[in-house]
Amino acid sequence: MTVIVKKTTQLIAGIVFLYGIYIILHGHLSPGGGFAGGVIVAGSFILLILAYGSDFLNLVKEERGSTTYENLAILVFLFLALTGMVAGAGIFFANWLPHGTPGELVSAGFLPLYNIFVGIEVAASILTIFLALIIFKEEVLK
Amino acid sequence: MELAISVIIIFMILGAIYAIHASDILSAVIAGGIVGYSLVICFLLLKAPDLAIVQIVVETITLIIMVAVVLDSSRTEAYGKFDSQAWVTAATAVVILAILFWFLKEASAPLAPFGENTMRMADAYVNGAVDKTGSVNLVTGVLFDFRGYDTLGEATVLVTAVLGVLTILRIRGRK
Repeated sequence: MTVIVKKTTQLIAGIVFLYGIYIILHGHLSPGGGFAGGVIVAGSFILLILAYGSDFLNLVKEERGSTTYENLAILVFLFLALTGMVAGAGIFFANWLPHGTPGELVSAGFLPLYNIFVGIEVAASILTIFLALIIFKEEVLK
Repeated sequence: MELAISVIIIFMILGAIYAIHASDILSAVIAGGIVGYSLVICFLLLKAPDLAIVQIVVETITLIIMVAVVLDSSRTEAYGKFDSQAWVTAATAVVILAILFWFLKEASAPLAPFGENTMRMADAYVNGAVDKTGSVNLVTGVLFDFRGYDTLGEATVLVTAVLGVLTILRIRGRK
């Protein structure tokens, strides 16, 4: 890509990433949540890869990392849901943490934690699909 | 508002029809983008900002991936002639569509108007969600507390999709 695209991406990608984190963390206060914020975080990585390109070995390493994060995040999500069965009222998905005052950033018990891990899972999934397509293309060309 | 949504839906139908009949794949993909971005405006008009955010980001990333995949191909569609067989097919489609619309009209006549006479459960969700979940955003409260199983299923669908993509697009493992 040309130097204009590279410089613009350099300036924008960090802001896009932070906006995704904001959407994930404020999921229980304002519109958005884990799914929307995760896709925005993945979008910032895709923007960087499209603008700068990357050599093949780095891409393979990055894909391995994102696959690991994706599977770990869904495991932690399932584990958090299971803690309701052990500690709380004995119900799957029981929200047994104290709720706090509605409207605060740290409130609503488990919902922010669910949002964070679903966000990690969605971001890693979208990034993995994108990387798999690029790696497939490079392998075919080789 | 209903007029605006009707106009946008007509645009969506035109974009979808053009996507089918486009001569090369790139213009078909971009015409498919019309449908997605119009849907974003529909969601905003219907007061669903959560869905609008997800839709606009997913549509953009899907479009980028599709354009990146399609950009190398230069395949053009070969058109067949519009003979008598095609006329019979088109007439059958129109007749079946008319019959289906008539049945839909008959079936939806005894239903209550949209937005009235909501279910008892919906009232409990709307009025008691802040007390029960502590979440100010009602959508998140329903998504992760009342309907936790649904969200777990959605996340699992995504993981399964990634597993499928990684399995299909693996060249080295097959040898």
